[in-house]
Amino acid sequence: MSRQSLTKAHNKITELSWEPTFATPATRFGTDYTFEKAPKKDPLKQIMRSYFPMEEEKDNRVFGAMDGAIRGNMFRQVQQRWLEWQKLFLSIIPFPEISAARAMPMAIDAVPNPEIHNGLAVQMIDEVRHSTIQMNLKKLYMNNYIDPAGFDITEKAFANNYAGTIGRQFGEGFITGDAITAANIYLTVVAETAFTNTLFVAMPDEAAANGDYLLPTVFHSVQSDESRHISNGYSILLMALADERNRPLLERDLRYAWWNNHCVVDAAIGTFIEYGTKDRRKDRESYAEMWRRWIYDDYYRSYLLPLEKYGLVIPHDLVEEAWNRITNKFYVHRVAQFFATGWPVNYWRIDGMTDADFEWFEDKYPGWYNQFGKWWESYNRLRYPGRNKPIAFEEVGYEYPHRCWTCMVPCLVREDLVVDKVDEQWRTYCSETCAWTDKVAFRPEYEGRETPNMGRLTGQREWETLHHDRDLADIVKDLGYVRDDGKTLIPQPHLDLDDQKKLWTLDDLRGIRFASPNVTLNEMTDSEREEWAAAYRANPNVCPA
Amino acid sequence: MANSATSAPKVRSFPKVEFTDSEAGALEFPSSKSRTYNYFKPAKLRATVYEDVTVDVQPDPERHLSQGWIYGFGDGPGGYPQEWTAAKSSDWHAFLDPNEEWEQTIYRNNSAVVRQVSLCLENAKRAGAYGNWNAAWQKFIASNLGAWMHAENGMALHVFTSIQRSGPTNMINTAVAVNAAHKMRFAQDLALFNLDLSESLDTFDGSVHKQVWASAEEWQPTRKVVEELTAVGDWAELLFGTNVVFEQLVGQLFRSELVMQIAAKNGDYITPTIVGTGEHDYSRDLGYTRALFRLLTRDEQFGESNRELFGQWLAKWVPPCLDAAHALQPIWSQPAEKTLTFADSLGATKEKFSQLLEEIGLDVPKELEK
Repeated sequence: MSRQSLTKAHNKITELSWEPTFATPATRFGTDYTFEKAPKKDPLKQIMRSYFPMEEEKDNRVFGAMDGAIRGNMFRQVQQRWLEWQKLFLSIIPFPEISAARAMPMAIDAVPNPEIHNGLAVQMIDEVRHSTIQMNLKKLYMNNYIDPAGFDITEKAFANNYAGTIGRQFGEGFITGDAITAANIYLTVVAETAFTNTLFVAMPDEAAANGDYLLPTVFHSVQSDESRHISNGYSILLMALADERNRPLLERDLRYAWWNNHCVVDAAIGTFIEYGTKDRRKDRESYAEMWRRWIYDDYYRSYLLPLEKYGLVIPHDLVEEAWNRITNKFYVHRVAQFFATGWPVNYWRIDGMTDADFEWFEDKYPGWYNQFGKWWESYNRLRYPGRNKPIAFEEVGYEYPHRCWTCMVPCLVREDLVVDKVDEQWRTYCSETCAWTDKVAFRPEYEGRETPNMGRLTGQREWETLHHDRDLADIVKDLGYVRDDGKTLIPQPHLDLDDQKKLWTLDDLRGIRFASPNVTLNEMTDSEREEWAAAYRANPNVCPA
Repeated sequence: MANSATSAPKVRSFPKVEFTDSEAGALEFPSSKSRTYNYFKPAKLRATVYEDVTVDVQPDPERHLSQGWIYGFGDGPGGYPQEWTAAKSSDWHAFLDPNEEWEQTIYRNNSAVVRQVSLCLENAKRAGAYGNWNAAWQKFIASNLGAWMHAENGMALHVFTSIQRSGPTNMINTAVAVNAAHKMRFAQDLALFNLDLSESLDTFDGSVHKQVWASAEEWQPTRKVVEELTAVGDWAELLFGTNVVFEQLVGQLFRSELVMQIAAKNGDYITPTIVGTGEHDYSRDLGYTRALFRLLTRDEQFGESNRELFGQWLAKWVPPCLDAAHALQPIWSQPAEKTLTFADSLGATKEKFSQLLEEIGLDVPKELEK
């Protein structure tokens, strides 16, 4: 279709909408934003007649590559270290994708611009595509990779696991609360525009370096839809900016959405890229370097900063602090260490780090060995059952962290811990911004203004509370993280499948009591709690030499 | 020049391939053969691709979701509360889309339709097929098919796109999302057909559809029902009111019992090809709708209360849809070749509607006989 006829066709399609006079569409999902003064423009001239064949062609390429991967025995060269982390990643990501589809009517309800409704509805179909194509990729892994355990329980594990819950906010955040906060700022303006770069571009790059060329095939195909979604988000953002009353809400939501995305996505993708790879070439970009390129330069400098010309206050401080956490505060490394500490309640196996890894980490993140080296040596020492408990229950100088009430990643940058009594409960937060999110942003009033549509933090937010004071073997059994012999665990702190004696079973966990840090915190007196918090912040959590 | 001659060649850096023997079957160990998603029970012995990629992707506190929904709305719980409809089910997850829609089916099927429509339109232009259209038929298509495309678009964006946020399972919401895609594509196909006709025929009024939809007497009750449907908050009522009642009594009446029947007699072999794709879509979409509401009427625990509820929905939506149908009666007289009467068309429509209600397990409402 020529450009001219595309414009004519698009103009024709815009004639399909009309101003209702008998009844107006139900507002199922409210917003505190106003769009009375908004200019109406649709930058996305998407016509279904060209959309469906385009996507079918993209699909054909993806499915052709899948066939080729099987015929070419791709799994002969896939690194298990890498694919094990896909058991976590691919259990999480189909839910955010389908949530993005479900979020579209929220944006349609909230934005009175028929011209953009078309683009949002197309995005809905895209997201169904993404969710199901990713589930299908995972099925291929399950069918063809040496160890299917963990893939086989995928969506159940996602729903009952601490890491799955961290990831779940990346989907629930799209579909709950104020329609614009959720479906526009959190989903499109921040998650899709900024963080899909690391999710869908940087990570597949690493997959290819580890022998897996199907992840790039599928995720680059997904990413090629994202540019249209970014246009949707930007249009709505500009419409919101047309009304001064929206400015405080936009600034609130940019702070929340930026920081939550950083906490959640950098934790997960940073770990997958840095700890899932065997590629230790010194000139290979580290996650920090990728982040600098994809998020700091491409998103922050090229997308966010220009919004200042509209008078919007950009959260510069939070962008800089995210960078500070990634580089100077070892955020990603602390998360990876936490995942590995908690290996018995995972549904994937985690390979230990070797001398080659140590050397690379020290080169990319100077000071890494002093902080983490001894701990990973202990992890390797304690990797087989029989003579020791799992590392979390052995004395290796690692204090199990408290969980952040807001982002649910533990409070790993210990000096930044915030402790506060909120809604009659003592809660811990990983940072001042996460504390602000719970105490200030997600409330029915913001800066003296009623915000009845803003969401609420709900649910059993501390995973450990559900399992407090129970036997670890019973917890793992109830979670379903047991292999088909009824006793061997799905998770293992190594990749050795060749000897049953090296594989941990429920018997090896029996007798270990599991405790919730938050329950314990709420049982403390004021003075005990203050003393504990001071000690928590002061503890560098370094494994002694 | 000297510099370029002496500069060292750039050393390329690339990852090394390593053979890891990580194929299925390389070793035997516990779960080494566990190669099916094991957290749901498939409908048949083996799960279909559709089930594998759809079931449990939207978590549910009644199944595996242990921490509950971690975000809530300002005035209620988040996630997908079952209370968002008055209909009840003892197991919402029992619903599986009989069309088994997932991404491959969506693009394959809709691309096939796109190719069919495109070929049809190209051939029509090449053959000068519109030249045979008389003035009455041109006016009929410009006004009535033109008005109807608004209804299709309204349902796409404000009925089906809207519903797919609210259903309690991924299987329901995905089936409805595909329904939205059908409607959007069909509405656009009708609009672009209208554009083609405007460009091909000097006498074709390509803009009259807006005025007809907005104010022509015969179309106002139809527009009223569409707008009133979009105002319904209960997702299952919205689906029922649209796919079971409105689409049967008004959509099918217009598309299937009028346009498809009379176009050929009026020298038009193009319109039925395009409108037929909409009928094909509706047939698929009615398939999942029928399956869902049958499940609810046959529910051991809630079947009776659901049937009562659906009876109330019928009492609410059948009268305005019949009003809309009757208001359309004058357009049966507009074409030059009148091959069937409104009474014939409405009779056939009511018969299909009654059959559908019987399949769902509902009584034919007394309003239908009025």
